[in-house]
Amino acid sequence: MAASTASFAESGADLELVGITKRFPGFTAIESLDLSIPAGSFFALLGPSGCGKTTTLRLVAGLEEPTAGQILIGGKDVTDTKPFQRPVNTVFQSYALFPHMTILENVAFGLRRRKLPDPVGKAHEALKLVELDHLASRRPAQLSGGQQQRVALARAIVNRPALLLLDEPLGALDLKLRRQMQLELKTIQTEVGLTFLHVTHDQEEAMTMADTVAVMNKGKIEQMGAPEQLYELPRTAFVANFLGQSNLFTGPVVSSTADAITVDVAGVPIVVPRTRAQRHAGEVAIGVRPEKLTLFTEAPAPAAGRNILGPGRVTDVSFSGVSTQYLIEVPGIGELVVFAQNMVFGPVATVGTEAWVSWNADHGFGLDDDPVDIPRSVLSPVGPGDSTESIAIQRRIALEEELEQA
Amino acid sequence: MSGVTPARGLDEAMFDAGPASGSPSRPGRRIRFRGLGLPIYTVLALLFLLIPIAYTFVFSFNDSGKLNIAWQGFTFDKWTSVCSVQGLCESFGNSIIVGLTATVLATALGTLIAIALVRYRFKARSAISLLLFLPMATPEVVLGAGLAAQFLTLGTEKGLLTIILAHTMFCISFVVVTVKARVASLDPALEEAGRDLYGSPSQVFWRITFPLLLPGIAAAALLSFALSFDDFIITNFNSGSVDTFPKFIYIAAARGIPAQVNVIASAVFLLALVLVVVAQVSRAARAKRLAKLLP
Ligand SMILES: Nc1ncnc2c1ncn2[C@@H]1O[C@H](COP(=O)(O)OP(=O)(O)O)[C@@H](O)[C@H]1O
Ligand SMILES: [Mg+2]
Repeated sequence: MAASTASFAESGADLELVGITKRFPGFTAIESLDLSIPAGSFFALLGPSGCGKTTTLRLVAGLEEPTAGQILIGGKDVTDTKPFQRPVNTVFQSYALFPHMTILENVAFGLRRRKLPDPVGKAHEALKLVELDHLASRRPAQLSGGQQQRVALARAIVNRPALLLLDEPLGALDLKLRRQMQLELKTIQTEVGLTFLHVTHDQEEAMTMADTVAVMNKGKIEQMGAPEQLYELPRTAFVANFLGQSNLFTGPVVSSTADAITVDVAGVPIVVPRTRAQRHAGEVAIGVRPEKLTLFTEAPAPAAGRNILGPGRVTDVSFSGVSTQYLIEVPGIGELVVFAQNMVFGPVATVGTEAWVSWNADHGFGLDDDPVDIPRSVLSPVGPGDSTESIAIQRRIALEEELEQA
Repeated sequence: MSGVTPARGLDEAMFDAGPASGSPSRPGRRIRFRGLGLPIYTVLALLFLLIPIAYTFVFSFNDSGKLNIAWQGFTFDKWTSVCSVQGLCESFGNSIIVGLTATVLATALGTLIAIALVRYRFKARSAISLLLFLPMATPEVVLGAGLAAQFLTLGTEKGLLTIILAHTMFCISFVVVTVKARVASLDPALEEAGRDLYGSPSQVFWRITFPLLLPGIAAAALLSFALSFDDFIITNFNSGSVDTFPKFIYIAAARGIPAQVNVIASAVFLLALVLVVVAQVSRAARAKRLAKLLP
C-alpha cells in the first residue's frame, strides 16, 4: 500500500503516450498515437464522435489494454499495471455514481480503498469544494444531473490523482449549466493544481477551457497546440473546419520566394506567407478564415500584400446581430463565406449583387493535406456530423428558448 | 344481469386506471359497474384461489382420527403433537436441509454463471446460454428418470446427497435466468468506477457488484427454495429410502393424510405471509423516508 500511496503527488504528473495502438476485433480505434501532456496543465482532447477519445482515456485509466505502445505517468511506465494501481481517476461520461451508497460514501470510496486516514473528513472537504456538502447524506438518485456531475468530480478529485481524466463530463448538462461548470472546472483545476485530461467533441468548450488542445480524427492526433494557435494556423483541412469555418482553395505553387509562396487558384495568384504554409511546392491546399475577408461591391484596386478574388455573386445573406454572413459564388472557385462586422446600418450587399473579396496575404494559411482530399467548399465540412455551424445554430436556439422561459 | 361479464368488468377496471378521461354520457352504467361488478368478480376470484388454503388451515384444527376428511370438532392437539406422526417431522427436516443446501449451491453457482454470460465474451457462450434453458423446458419425469439412471450407472447410493444434487441441478437454470436480467441492467461503468477508485477485483465484487445484484440474487434464492421444497417428481426418482415432505404426503395419501400435515402446511404458509408483510412494511417505511428527503 505504502508504495502506491507514495506515488500520489500533491501536484499533477505529466502523461506520455508512446506509439499507442488499440485494435478491437476487426477495427483499429487508435493508430500509433503519440501524446505528451505536461504536468499541471488543462489539456483537451477534441474530436468528433467515434474518433477514439473514450478509448484513449480508458487506455490511460487502465480499463483497456493497448495492442502496442507505452503509457508513462510521471515518467513511470504503467502500461502493465491494473487500474487500481494507477494514480489516475476518471469522471465518467455517465457519472457512474454508486446508487446504493450515500454521496459521502461515494466520495470516500477511493480513500477507504487506499486506507488513507480520515476519509470522511476529506470527503466532506471535497464536497465543500463543489458546494454540495449539505447533500452528503443523500443518495445519487436524489440529486439533479448537475449535482451528480459535481459529485462525480468530487469523488475523483478527493483522491488527488496525478492525472484526472474527464470523459465529456458536461455533455449531459443543459447549455447554461454547462457554461457555469466550464468556468468552475477551470477554477478547480487551477486551485488543486492537478493535470486534467478533458475529452470533448465541443470545440467551443475545448477552446475556452484548455491550455492545450489536441484535435483528434480517426484515431490520430491531427494537430496540437494552444487554442489561438490552432485557430490561427490550422495545419489540416480537418482542423481548419472542425475549429470554426474556413475557405479552402487548391492549386499549384507557381512561384516561391524566401518570404512567400504564390498559388494559382483558378487563374488568380494567391500569396501565402512561407512560414504559414506546410507545403511549398507542387499542388497545395490553402485557406483563410471567413472573418479575415473583406467584401467589396466594386472591383478593389490591386494592392501589394492583398489577395483579391472576384467577381462573384452573393447567393445568401444571413444577419446575426453583431455580424452578417455572406455566401459568394465565384466562378471556377466555388462558394466563399464572409463574416462581416455590422459597421453600417443594414447589409452592404444583397443577394444577386456582384461582389469581390480581399484579404491581407499574411492571414492565409497553407495546409498539409493532399489537395485531392480537400472538398471544394466549406459548406461540406470534413468532420462527420458535427458541423460547427450547425452546433452554433443549435446553441443559439437553445439559449433563446432558455431566455424565453426565464 | 344486464349482459355484464367478468371480462367486461376487467376491461372497465383497466380503463378506469388510465388517465381520467371518462365518458360522462353514460354515467349510470359506469357507476353501477364500479359499485358491484368489479368487487363481486374480485371476491369470487380470490375465493377460488384461497379456498384450498383456507381448507388446509381450518382442517389443521380438526379433531380427527386417522382420516382428516370430515369435520369432527375443534382442537389444538394436532398443532402441539406435530411430530407424533411417525416420519413426518423427519421428512420435513429433510426438505429444509435439501432446500437450504440446494438453494445456497444453486444461487452461488447460478450467480457466477449469470455474471460470466453477461460480462464476458468466450467460446460457446450463446450455446451455454441456450443449454441452460433445457432443464426448465424438459418434463420433470424425464429429468428425474434420467438422473436416476446416471446415479445407478455411477453406483451412487440414493439418499440426501443425490436429492441435493438433483435439486441444485434444476434450480441453477432458474437462478441464471433471474440473475442474468439483473446483471444485464447493471451499468458496467459502475464496476469500472470501482476499479478506477482503487478497488481490487474482490473489493469491487463485494462492495459494488454484489450489493447491486442482491435483489436479483435474493429473488433467485427464494425461487430456488420454493422449487426445491415443492418438488416431488424428481425427488421421488432420486431419493431412495429418504423421505422429503412432499414425498411423505404422497405416501401418506394412500392411507389417509393426518391432520398434522395440515399443521405444517399452514405453518409454512403463515411464515411466508409474515415474511411478505414484513418486507412490504419495511419497503413502505423506506419509501416514506426517501420521500421526506426529497424537496
Ligand atoms: N469494445 C469495443 N469493441 C469494438 N469497437 C469498439 C469498442 N469500443 C470502441 N470501439 C470503436 O472504437 C471507435 C472509437 O470509440 P470511442 O473511443 O468510444 O470514440 P469517442 O469517445 O471519440 O466517441 C468507435 O468506432 C467504436 O465503435
Ligand atoms: Mg466517447
